Amino acid sequence: MDLKEKLLASFMAFENQLDLEHPVHDIRSEAIKNFEQLGFPHRKLEAWKYTSLASLQKTDFTLFPKEDNSLEYREVKPYFLHEIDTYKIVFIDGIYSSYLSETTHDGVDICLMSAALTKPMYKPIIDVYFNKIAKAEDSLTSLNTAFTREGAYIYIPKNKAPRKPVEILHLSTGSEAALMLQPRNLIIAEDNAELQVIERHQSLSSNAVLTNAVTEIFAGKNAQVDYYKVQNDREGASLIDNTYIDQKDSSQVSVHTFSFGGKLTRNNLNFFQDGSGINSVLKGVTILGEKQHVDHHTLVHHQQPHCESHQDYKGIFGQQSTGVFNGKIIVDKIAQKTNAFQQNNNLLISDKANVNTKPQLEIFADDVRCSHGCTIGQLDQEALFYLRSRGIPQKEASALMMYAFANNVLESVRIPELKARINKLIAKKLGVNVGFAL
Amino acid sequence: MLKIKNLHAGVESKKILKGINLEVKPGEVHAIMGPNGSGKSTLASVIAGKEDFEVTRGSIVFEGEELDELAPEERAHKGIFLSFQYPVEIPGVSVTNFMKTSINETRKAQGQKEMPANQMLKLIREKSQLLEIDRKFLSRSLNEGFSGGEKKRNEIFQMAMLEPKLAILDETDSGLDIDALRVVANGVNKLRSESNAFVVITHYQRLLDYIVPDFVHVIHDGKIVKSGTKELALELEEKGYDWIKQEAVL
Repeated sequence: MDLKEKLLASFMAFENQLDLEHPVHDIRSEAIKNFEQLGFPHRKLEAWKYTSLASLQKTDFTLFPKEDNSLEYREVKPYFLHEIDTYKIVFIDGIYSSYLSETTHDGVDICLMSAALTKPMYKPIIDVYFNKIAKAEDSLTSLNTAFTREGAYIYIPKNKAPRKPVEILHLSTGSEAALMLQPRNLIIAEDNAELQVIERHQSLSSNAVLTNAVTEIFAGKNAQVDYYKVQNDREGASLIDNTYIDQKDSSQVSVHTFSFGGKLTRNNLNFFQDGSGINSVLKGVTILGEKQHVDHHTLVHHQQPHCESHQDYKGIFGQQSTGVFNGKIIVDKIAQKTNAFQQNNNLLISDKANVNTKPQLEIFADDVRCSHGCTIGQLDQEALFYLRSRGIPQKEASALMMYAFANNVLESVRIPELKARINKLIAKKLGVNVGFAL
Repeated sequence: MLKIKNLHAGVESKKILKGINLEVKPGEVHAIMGPNGSGKSTLASVIAGKEDFEVTRGSIVFEGEELDELAPEERAHKGIFLSFQYPVEIPGVSVTNFMKTSINETRKAQGQKEMPANQMLKLIREKSQLLEIDRKFLSRSLNEGFSGGEKKRNEIFQMAMLEPKLAILDETDSGLDIDALRVVANGVNKLRSESNAFVVITHYQRLLDYIVPDFVHVIHDGKIVKSGTKELALELEEKGYDWIKQEAVL
């Protein structure tokens, strides 16, 4: 039985454990039909030309893991941003760990999707926001919707800001030979609200894990949301991340994606600008080796005038790693005075590494500024000679240049301790011993 | 200190240097002049170890050691410094951190410990004052958005920091206004000593008013066609290079 059949066959049993009277039941039923019809995406589809899910579909993933896995804090401490105090929403093999988490209902809700989907007090919010921007025509998003049960739920009412950043951590223990996880997050920052989120998927063994995650983020008028995705998983882990962001007037949302690990990572990052004066920031640093694969598909849909978007993705590819960047920008006819900027720069440091990059601009307005630039290259030999002539050995000079290249993207990270962490990760990834912050 | 014998070098099939002979002793300043395309910058790059150029014949010996097999960084560790005609922009690396890395890598190669931070700061302060460099300038990305003059001043600042035995200044005067030229020349003159040497490559005599050479050599078509004292530079200024070219043909 391949993965699609297994998923379809499991759906009924899954639903029977849940409340069939809840309106979400209809959404799930609709979603599973979509998935059944569409199936897993395949390489004949333009959007999946360079990323194959074929081998994952042949893996016998466990869909519903045992519920008794627990972990001590000291075992997982390195995966938290433990230098600072944070709210924590932690899942172990897809199951919420109250022991490792720190949630709150003090003026803001930082808690669980399972609670939000079942408790009547959350129903008005769920009715307004849940599954409103996640694309039904995307088969993997529909698959996640069908199996929606758990994830992070964050609700920041008007004019509020939590006292500290929120960490969402998905841990997998390796107790199953192969495990499939489908977390579903809903994040709402109402007008003038502020929020910082750090999200991480971390496998603790080399066993296979496939995560198909969906996150919906709503930013109200003048809200500010900073979202950081740390993707530094182990060799058996694959991640398909589907993130949908809806922004209202004058809101600012940034998403930073740091892709340093995992076997296969696909990031579908979608911004919908539903107001004017909006700023959307999409930044990424990808540093890969071995046979790792990362595919960034971004979409920024400018639907109203006077908005901005800034995309800057840097990639460094070694050994036999492969990368994809596909950046789509749509500017509707009404969206005059749009300022859309997109850049994707890649360094290939091995003959066997491979990158495909493609800007995709669909502009229907006539008074806009849209710029894009994609580069794939090697280290600048002239610059390398310059550094070497000052006594810096070739290996260190190359590492220093790559470090500087990638580090540029970190300027916009607003949590200093996270920035320092990522800084160190980049240095470690590049094998450079950097005794200072550049 | 430096002995170049019958040096032939080029890029792929193109011969650029066709038999250079030059000896530089400690305490000396040599000026190398010549028309565009004569091979001046190639000579500088070959001494510094740029791998784009292939040495086909002859030798470069520095302090008794053949340089041919040495990488650019190894030559730097031995005390050779090249001030670039076109310094490269390196975004994301500040001047200060670049200098720290450069000095400490050199010390490491020489078997010394890293320079203590306070000593480094003192050195940076001292040398930046010598070159009249603003503190803010040091935290900027290396050469990124620098004016031509700032780039050249930064090259000489690096030289002052590294205190090389042999410094090759490749057209350091190009792109400098008269004030910047004075600052740069002053920096060079303050660093002159009995134990180090300079090779100053220039197209114009102007720089040599400020950095007075002991010897002047004229390169034409990959060879040194005339050598003399500083008066030769003045003669060139007056008569132009055509005179040398004609003489070379004869």
